[in-house]
Amino acid sequence: MGKPRVPVVEGWFTMPPLDDTAPIDERGVPGVKLIGTRCTGSGTYFFPPERVMSRAPGHADAELEEVELSDRGRLWSYTDAQYQPPEPFVAATDPYEPVCLAAVELERERMVVLGQVVRGVTVDDLQVGMEMELVLDTLNEDEEAEYVVWKWRPVEGADHEGAS
Amino acid sequence: MAVDQVAVLGVGMHPWGKWGRNFVEYGVHAARAALADAGIDWRDIGFVAGADTMRNGYPGYVAGATFAQALGWTGIPVTSAYGACASGAMALDAARQRILSGMCDVALVVGADTTPKGFLKPNAGERNDDPDWLRFRLLGATNPSYFAMWARRRIDLYGATPEDFAQVKVKNARHGLSNPYARYRKEVGPEDVASSPVVASPLRLLDICATSDGGAAMVISSMDYARRHLAANGTASDPLVRIAAISTVTPTFPNTVLELPNFSTDSAAGLPAPDLTFKQSIGAAAYEQAGLGPEDVDVAEVYDLSTALELDWYEDLGFCGQGEAEKLLRDGATTLGGRLPVNPSGGLACFGEAVPAQALAQVCELTWQLRGTAEGRQAEGARVGITANQGLFGHGSSVIVTR
Repeated sequence: MGKPRVPVVEGWFTMPPLDDTAPIDERGVPGVKLIGTRCTGSGTYFFPPERVMSRAPGHADAELEEVELSDRGRLWSYTDAQYQPPEPFVAATDPYEPVCLAAVELERERMVVLGQVVRGVTVDDLQVGMEMELVLDTLNEDEEAEYVVWKWRPVEGADHEGAS
Repeated sequence: MAVDQVAVLGVGMHPWGKWGRNFVEYGVHAARAALADAGIDWRDIGFVAGADTMRNGYPGYVAGATFAQALGWTGIPVTSAYGACASGAMALDAARQRILSGMCDVALVVGADTTPKGFLKPNAGERNDDPDWLRFRLLGATNPSYFAMWARRRIDLYGATPEDFAQVKVKNARHGLSNPYARYRKEVGPEDVASSPVVASPLRLLDICATSDGGAAMVISSMDYARRHLAANGTASDPLVRIAAISTVTPTFPNTVLELPNFSTDSAAGLPAPDLTFKQSIGAAAYEQAGLGPEDVDVAEVYDLSTALELDWYEDLGFCGQGEAEKLLRDGATTLGGRLPVNPSGGLACFGEAVPAQALAQVCELTWQLRGTAEGRQAEGARVGITANQGLFGHGSSVIVTR
């Protein structure tokens, strides 16, 4: 048994079934879902999940229902961080290796959601419009826990010609 | 819905740099310069508005009362504004409202800051309910990350190239060469940009603005007060610059462009996306208030947090159609001597960002441009100028000045 795996933030994503005896594969583990809320009045989605009231003007009294968001989408834009970001960011590796960020457009929700890209992918591997999928991956570890988060990765073998 | 104008009687700035001194010193310096420029005694000022300093994305030190105390208490009413990059314009708007409502004749507006070195970063501690903290913890998303994603869109959608972005820096560096208030006064070649390290692909170090210390101030008054004041000073024939619009609008739901410090856009699955993006709406509200349009603009100061972002503003302010900004730049239209010089001051490329001072510095520069006194960087015959900026948490502003 290793250290406990802890979501870095509570209530934003589901945990897929994990083998607690093995480290998370470098490409991440599929099956994670982002948790959003949906305004039953307007049909608008919110991520991070809005819990207090619908932010869609005119639907303040509408109920918010918890929903799992699409785990695939098209790459809206992307970049990387060549210099280590300041705290509270914690580098997963020492020395720091540049991390890519992806903004992915979800078709059903008609919204763009940001996430890190799994390790080993560089900006040269990315192209706006390509299909991306959500995985769970290690964000960083400390003495007490392994912190996990959602990340994006390119869908293997997908048609990457689509424009957004 | 044209709004009554107010007069710009005086403007003043403290040079931008990395001086490391207390922000009050820069603000007082700028305020005294603006008062001297206006020929107004501090004791005649009827209202003072300050733009709060920024610390870790949030309001830092109280500005208005701090400057009022430093200049010597006179018993006048005060306000302080915080709106990230738009703070200065919000303070200016508060002063304008006082004047237009008849509650005072002449007001002072001041913004100044001392900025820590390096990336702007969030507050310390575990702040799990703060999106600005969470974006660093979960993603490592810095401000340049967002600038870079917008820049990447220009490359992908419009065929922009890193060379186009570099050309914005080259232009602004040249514009700022003789600006005494600019921090960087040095020619930059395209090869300098290309050889600077990548910070956030596709943006390099010289594509991204620095953070600076600086201060800017303005003295504004009612048009009646200005006419009496100029007549009494025997300067009634001098060009009088007026504020024709101040826009400080918020986004309209759903905001479908990814903005700092958010994890996502609003969803357009329920309510339809508005006709204008947030940045477009900032300028549109200013044009409507002034009763003017993009075709009337002679000179502009826009927020070039990154080189690519300046190009976005060309389109969002209506200087050209979507995807045509690179052509406008390449044609030289936005270079001094062109039909619509943009960032004649040198912009953030030459200044670096001193958040609460920056929106005011933009208006100070346009005031000098419209007076015809912007030595070494003058947009010839400019009569209408517009500013634009956008920052954290749904803030942005645009000011239109005319003469």
